[in-house]
Order: sequence, then C-alpha cells, then structure tokens
Amino acid sequence: MAELALARRYAGRELRGGLEGFGIFLACLTIGVAAIAAVGSVSASIVAGLQADARDLLGGDVEFRLAQRLLPDETVAWLGARGRLSTVRELRGMVRTLGGDKRSLIELKSVDGAYPLFGAVELDPPLSLGEALAVEDGVAGLAVDAMVLDRLGVALGDRIRLGSAEFAIRAVLVKEPDGIANPFTLGPHVLVSAAGLALSGLDQPGTLSSSVYRLRLPAPSDAKAVIKAADLAFPESGWRARDASEAEPQLQSFVTRTSMFLVLVGLTSLLVGGVGVGNAASAYLSGKVPVIAILKSLGAPARLVYAIYLLQLFLLALLAIVVGLALGAAAPLLLHALGPELPVELRLGVYPRPLLVAAGFGLLTALGFSLWPLARARRVPAASLFRNLVETARQRLGWGDWAATAGVALALAALAIVNAQDKRVAAGFLAAVAVALVAFRLVGAGVMRAAAAIPIRRRPWLRLAIANLHRPGAATPSVVLSMGLGLTVLVAIGLIEGSLTHEVAERLPESAPSYFFIDIQPDEVAPFKALVESLPGTSDLALVPSLRTRITALDGAPPRDHKTDPDARWILNSERGLTYAAALPAGSHVVAGTWWPADYQGPPLISLDADLAAGLHLEIGDTVGFNIAGREITARIANFRKIDWTTLGINFFTIFAPGTLEAAPQTAIATIRAESPAAEARLAREVTEAFPNVSAIRVKDALDTLAHILGQMAAAIRAIAAITVLAGVLVLAGAIAATRRRRRYEAVVLKVLGATRAVIARGFLIEYGILGGVTAVISVALGSLASWLVVTQLLAGEWVFDVGRVVGIALGGTAATLAVALAGTWRVLGARAAPLLRNE
Amino acid sequence: MPSTPAPTPPIIRLEDIQLKLASAGGEVNILRGIDLTVAAGETVGIVGPSGSGKSTLMMVIGGLERPSSGRVTIAGTDFARLDEDGLARFRRDRVGIVFQSFHLIGTMSALENVAVPLELAGRRDAFERARILLEAVGLGGRALHYPGQLSGGEQQRVALARAFAAEPALLLADEPTGNLDLATGRVVMALLFDLQARLGTTLVLITHDAGLAERCGRVVELADGRIVGDRRQTRPLQAAHG
Repeated sequence: MAELALARRYAGRELRGGLEGFGIFLACLTIGVAAIAAVGSVSASIVAGLQADARDLLGGDVEFRLAQRLLPDETVAWLGARGRLSTVRELRGMVRTLGGDKRSLIELKSVDGAYPLFGAVELDPPLSLGEALAVEDGVAGLAVDAMVLDRLGVALGDRIRLGSAEFAIRAVLVKEPDGIANPFTLGPHVLVSAAGLALSGLDQPGTLSSSVYRLRLPAPSDAKAVIKAADLAFPESGWRARDASEAEPQLQSFVTRTSMFLVLVGLTSLLVGGVGVGNAASAYLSGKVPVIAILKSLGAPARLVYAIYLLQLFLLALLAIVVGLALGAAAPLLLHALGPELPVELRLGVYPRPLLVAAGFGLLTALGFSLWPLARARRVPAASLFRNLVETARQRLGWGDWAATAGVALALAALAIVNAQDKRVAAGFLAAVAVALVAFRLVGAGVMRAAAAIPIRRRPWLRLAIANLHRPGAATPSVVLSMGLGLTVLVAIGLIEGSLTHEVAERLPESAPSYFFIDIQPDEVAPFKALVESLPGTSDLALVPSLRTRITALDGAPPRDHKTDPDARWILNSERGLTYAAALPAGSHVVAGTWWPADYQGPPLISLDADLAAGLHLEIGDTVGFNIAGREITARIANFRKIDWTTLGINFFTIFAPGTLEAAPQTAIATIRAESPAAEARLAREVTEAFPNVSAIRVKDALDTLAHILGQMAAAIRAIAAITVLAGVLVLAGAIAATRRRRRYEAVVLKVLGATRAVIARGFLIEYGILGGVTAVISVALGSLASWLVVTQLLAGEWVFDVGRVVGIALGGTAATLAVALAGTWRVLGARAAPLLRNE
Repeated sequence: MPSTPAPTPPIIRLEDIQLKLASAGGEVNILRGIDLTVAAGETVGIVGPSGSGKSTLMMVIGGLERPSSGRVTIAGTDFARLDEDGLARFRRDRVGIVFQSFHLIGTMSALENVAVPLELAGRRDAFERARILLEAVGLGGRALHYPGQLSGGEQQRVALARAFAAEPALLLADEPTGNLDLATGRVVMALLFDLQARLGTTLVLITHDAGLAERCGRVVELADGRIVGDRRQTRPLQAAHG
C-alpha cells in the first residue's frame, strides 16, 4: 500500500510537467473509443426507439398473422372476447391512372374501424381515417404515400384505378404508426377500407396476402399468456403469434448486425491507434531512462518504477477515454440534429452499456500497447547512468511480459466476441485482424532487412533514405502496420462492395427476368399466356403454380421435436410458398436422389433445397408433413436440389411431384423478359389493364432498392474505416514527429557538406515513397484476400477485382503517406544550420 | 624593370561584419564590425575567450550564418549573391568544416561519411578516395564501422578525412580537439596540420587553446565580437616542430 501511495505521488509529480508529447497518445485513443462509443450509442438509441414504440409498431399488444387465409368466425369471436380486436389485410396491388398510362406497384393495407389500436394515423389534409377511406357514391377513398402521387402524376382528390375499381385519393399518408419505413418494401404504402378492398376485387383466393389480427388487451394483461391460451385453444390455427416485445425483429436484428460490423471496424481503428499509443509510451519512457536510473540508484525497486509509469499511462488513457466516450455519447444527438431522416425515432439518452464496452476496449488497448515499453522501463539498470543511455532501453522481454500481453489480447477478443450478435463472424473478423497484424509486422521486418541488404554506394541522400528505413529504432514497422491495417480494411470493404454492386447492378440483370407477375388466378393463366406471347419484344415466359403451406411434421415428428439448425428454423415459423412441377426447373440441379418421371402419378413425392434439408437434418426417403389449405399431406423426399438463386428465376425450396396438388387452391406466378424499355412498359401496361388483380414487380426496381441499401451500408462502414485510416495517419505523424530532431540534424549536416534542399527532400520522398508503396501493395494483397474470402465463402457470390477502385485506394494511401511525411519534414528542410552546430 | 609577382587574391575577405541575434533578454551583438582578409594558403588561428564570437565568425565564413550587415567574399564569391542552396553548393566545392562535436551521420559507416561530399560533387571515385583518406588518418581498418562504434578521437579523425575529402580551398576547424583527451587531441591536430600542409589548404582554426593557435602562421584575437589582435608569426610552432 505504501508503495502504491508512493507511486501515486511520484506519478503525480511527473505529470505536473503537462501533456506535452502525449498528443498522439491521446488522439489515437480518443478517436478509437469515440468511434466505438458512437456506433454503440446510435445503435442502442435506435433499438430503444423501436422498443419504446413497440406496441405502436406492432399495432397491438398481441398479433396473430396468417398467410392468405382468414380465421374462422369462432376463432375471431374468441379473440374478440380477449380485448379490442382489429383486423388488417396486407397485400400487393397495382394502382394506375384512369388513362392507364402510368402505374405503380403498391403495398396495400385494408383496415377496419378499430385500426389503429395504438398510436394515430396522420393524414394530410387532417381528416379522420374513417372520412378518408369511406365509400361515397360508390367510390372508396384511399390514403396514399406521397410517392404514389409522384409516380402517377396525380394530385389529392384525383381518381385512380386499383384492381378493377376506381378510387379517390382523399389524403396523403404522413404517418402510419405500424408502418415503419421498411427499406426492403417494394412499393409505397396505401391504406384502404375493408369495403374498398372488396370493391377492388384484389382479394381473391390464393392471392399473396396476409391477414393480421391484433388485440389491445385490457390493462393489466399478460400478452404472452394470451398467446399461450390462443395456441392451446386453436392448435391447428397455423398463425404466427407475437407480442410487442418482438415488434420489428428483423429491423432490430438488422440494426444490431450492422452495428456489430461497425464496432468491429471501430475496434480495428482502435488497434491501429494502439500502435501510436505504444510508440508514444515508448518515446516517453525512453526519455525517462535517466530518471528511472536515478530512482533505482536511490533504492527504488523495479516494481515501484513499473507502478509509477503504469499509473501515469493509465491516467492519460482515462482522460482520452472519457473524452472519447463524451464524443461517442453525443453521436445520437448529432445524428438526430444533422443526420439523414431515419425510419425510426431515435430515443435520445445516455446508454451505459455501449459506453462501458467502448471504455473497456480503450483501456485494454492502451494497456496492451503500453505493456512492452513499461516492461523495458522496469528493466532499466541503475548503472545506465554511467553507460550509454540509449542501449540500455533495448532489453529483452521476459515470459511474464509475453503472458501479460497474451492475457490482454485475449481479454480484448473476449470482450469483442461476447458483445457481438454473431459470435462466429466476430471471431472470424478478429482472426483476420490478428493475421493482418502479424503479416504487417513481418512485412515491416522484411522491409527493414531488405533495406539493410541493399548495397547503395552512390548518392548519399538515397543511402540516407534507405538507412532511415532500417536503422535501429526506425519507425518502419509501426508505420507499415498502422497505415497498412487501415488501407487493408478500406481495400476489403471497397472490393466487397464492388463485388456486391456488380452482382446486383450488372450480373443479376443479365440473366434476370424483367418482370415478376404475381396473383394470376387459375382461370387467368391461359389468357395471360396468350396475351404475353402476343406482345412483341418479350421472351422467356415462365409460369408456375404457387401454393402456401405450413410444415406440420418432419420425419413423422412435430417440427419442434425434430432436430433443426437455427438458420433453417425460419421455414417452420410461418406459411411458405411451394410449387409442383413435372420437370426440373432451370437454374437447379439434383445433387442427391433422382427426379421423378414427367408423367408421375404415384404417392406424394417432394424435392427439397439441399442446404435447407441439411439444416432440417432430413435424408432422402424421409417424410415431411404439409398443411395445404387445411389439408394434411405427407410426402416422401425424392431428391435434393442445389438452386442457383442468382438467376432470379422462380424457385421454391419445396417442389411437389405432379399428381397431388393440381386441385388445391392456387395462383400462378410468371416471369418474363422484355428486350427494351418500350417493350417493358407495354408489357406492364397491357397485363395490368387486362388483369387488374395481377401485380407486376419490376425486377430492376427491386434490384435498385437492394443496391441502394447496400450502398448505404457500405457508406456507413466506409466512414468508420476512414477513422482507421485517420488513426494510421496519426501514428505516421507521431513517428515522423519522433524523428524530426534527428532528421533536422542530418539535413543540417548534409547542408554543411553541400547538399541542396532538393537533394534532401528527394531522400525523404524516396524513404516515404518506399514505405507508402510497399504498405499499399501489401494492403491491396491482404484486402483482396479478405474480400475474396468474404464474397466467395461467406456470401457465396462472385468476387470481382475492381482494378480502378484498388489502384485508387493504393495510390491514395501512398499519397497520404507522402503528404503526411512531407508536411512533417518540410520545416526540417529549412532548418538553419548555425543553431544546431554551435557548441554548447 | 623587374616584374613583381601579381598579389594573390585573398581567399577570405570580411568587410565590417555585424551580427546581432535576438534573445529573450533583447538583441545581442555577437559580431561588431569585423574586417578580416586571409590570403590563400595561410593558416589562421582565431582565439578569444568564450562568447567572444569565434564560432559565429566561423559560421559566417562557412556560409552557415548570414551577417546582419557587412560583406563576406570567399574565394572571390560574394555570399550575398547566393541563396541557401547556392551556399550549400559553394561549400561542397570549396569549404571543408571540422566541428568540435564531429557531426558525423549516425546511420552511415565511416567510409560512407567521408564519401558524402565527394558524392555530392558527383565524383565517380568517391569511395576510392574516401578509403585513401581514411587510410591517411589511420582508420583504414575501421571503414565499415558506424560512428557509434568509434571512439571520440576516431570520430574526429573521420570528420577530418571528410573535411579534406573534396580537397577544399578553405578548411574551417572549430575547436577540433575540444571533446578529446590531450593525447588524442595531439594526434588529431598533427593530422590536421599535416593534411593542410600537404594539400596547401587555407586553414582557419578556432580555438581557445593558445598553444594550438601558436602553431598557425597568423593569430587573430577576438574579444566581445571585435578583433583586438592580429599578428603574424615569423616562425610558427608547427615549423619548429616540423
């Protein structure tokens, strides 16, 4: 204890000298911690916003959702007795101008008088929902997203067509409490009354739709108990029931997942900054060698010396972390005030958990990178007062130092993994960063060795440049490591984004159809086919039946009793589509079992997607039970297929053999290619005019939406990656600042011997050109490898090497290195000789 | 009429050199009107107490410090007409400097240090000549050693070799033995005078050691930034020893 008090006193005395020399130390830690704290705080405030508005977003305390079917009256009555009930139908449709020249796919929601159970619908003009949707003179009203007005070129009060009826646009939908602006929807939202929906004729048997029953329970009520009771009372209902705690689970998961990636990239920037922290600690402690030697000669034990300097570095780290946390905690506020409009209301506040995590990362990083300099300081012998001071600072590390370093690294990894939503991805990311750290460390050592081996006999400035790369204590390893890690992350992100964009914007459209048509009724199939085939400029028409089903048994057992992998469970959660076919669909190939004969008429057989079957632990010959439109069917697995989803053709996970489902309620789905934009426009117009209940989904629009989302995600990740590069620049600036004194001296001696400033500058350019160039080349190699692994192994996509992008990043990295280096050494060139050479 | 030989033009001509430096306590007059002319081949010892302006005067002669006023002409070149790089090139071709603190480049071997001025001058035989000079100062066997691996005396001998490498017309030496022990200092000085004599270089030797100055043909005495004595020796000590 006495020793600790002494250490505290000494540490305090030493820190009285101020923070000079700690600029890079503080900056590196602050920006890394700020980045992680900011990502965590923003993500937490989004999730908190989602949870706070959970009942509004769900639209009730409890929700029961079914595909395509309505609940029997008896069930509805049972639900109605539990609380206030609201019934909503969700489906897709086409709105068209009366002249038929403009059209748009919409997400349609028909609501009853009880809607909304929570929150309020905001309309412009401020009508009540009942007024806006009422049927007047046989014409029903619509409340539409403003985008509908844009797309159709119509105004409030105008009439448009929806399905087979005319509707009046009575209001613009400003806010829909349960209609979060989901980035994945295909069209703008439109509200209609149940009576209006009936008029449109869209809600036909088999139409792709959802029926949603929501309850507002009398307080106090246990929503989960209501769900349990409902499941018990109606075990065959086939609904998907959830309460408000599960509102927007996909969006929450999307936010947490994106935030996980951003935190990991933020952690990389902290690690890069850690190199700067280590350099600063090293420089500081090297300067303290005489003090340490004096302390030791006066009787201070090594432990006390260690404690004194550990305490100082800890206090400085704490200062940086507090500033970083303050900046990070303010990020949601900044985003709220200045950022883009978000689909959810941020719940502003201070979220302790992400701040604690960021603080933990910051402390562990500071500690991890200070351990070695501290260990060397502890080993400074008192005798160094009488010997060359520089040499004594380079001591070998003991096994205890290595163990402590490993411990801190493990703690850092554990903290990152424990806090990640997807532990495997986090572990993989950390492993990749570790590999990159080691690789750059080796590259740094390699550059030093190579530089030492280059026999340069001519040109002293060149020799000086090369010598600067390999002299003892050269900044080469830390510059290569810090700049390299940042650039690698940028290259990897650039190439992953490039490959995905290429996939979505170029490769998919090459083979993809132009349009998906859904909800084609059985009696419309023949005329639909005749119409499409008569249109010029269209080809590759594919028409397949579409049915909805729920899996009720796996290999004879209820699904919950059967072993299933988590990533395959989604198919058991609610109703899914399936089809039947005589021939193997294009874009699929059988990987196990055999395809049935085209004229097969025997007992029910199915073909399953091979990956899904593996996740469900099913084998060829096993049985699967389906509930199709209330009928139980048990089918045997005949084969497994591999599906190439990238063709964007129609593919179902489950395909029945002919002979079983022909008579079941069904609709058809069609895909068609159109050769030109004119043919595309005509196709959509003719089909939706002739079949008002059929919805046309333009594939390009869907792909554009996807590309837009990808672009936004990439922008967020790039922004955080830029912080990694900034940290690398700080480390570089620190390394240059540390050598400025020596460089000035060398420049002056060269000038005395007759070197011009241009000659000296050439040396600096070569030195940093080599450093920046080698670092950029290795970063491109490692970044490309990482992106290749992610794209081909994790995302199973096609990896594209975007030369322009990569060369841009590499040149940018080299240029940044040179710019920072020259900015740092410019003043050296103009240094006056006399003051340095004057004898003291 | 017997023809008289044309007078040798002076290698150093300083005219009314003033140098003032700003300091925390106000402006300090370091040099206060120095007039000095040195003929080619002369050996000049500049002596005076600490702070008398000896080193500053050497910096001015070497083009490392610009005077506040006055005119510096070295080997016929007016320094006022040269910019920083012009001065660097001039030193490269005409001036060698030896410092008290050696000022070798730590990352270069002894051989490389000596070769630097020759390389800067574009001499193809830089390393051959550097090796000969190292041999001449008795360090042929230490050519590949770095300054950190050499003793003070050895480092100063490398600095001497470097200063003489380009066969400068003018050699400036600022307390070259100041950081050396007596015996080593003697060896270094013997070398310095030997090389100077062999190459016919003009030598300006800054020292506070009267004994060393006595070895020069001319002794200029400085006090408080002014020349207070300038005498030529009829028989320099060096000759007596030689």
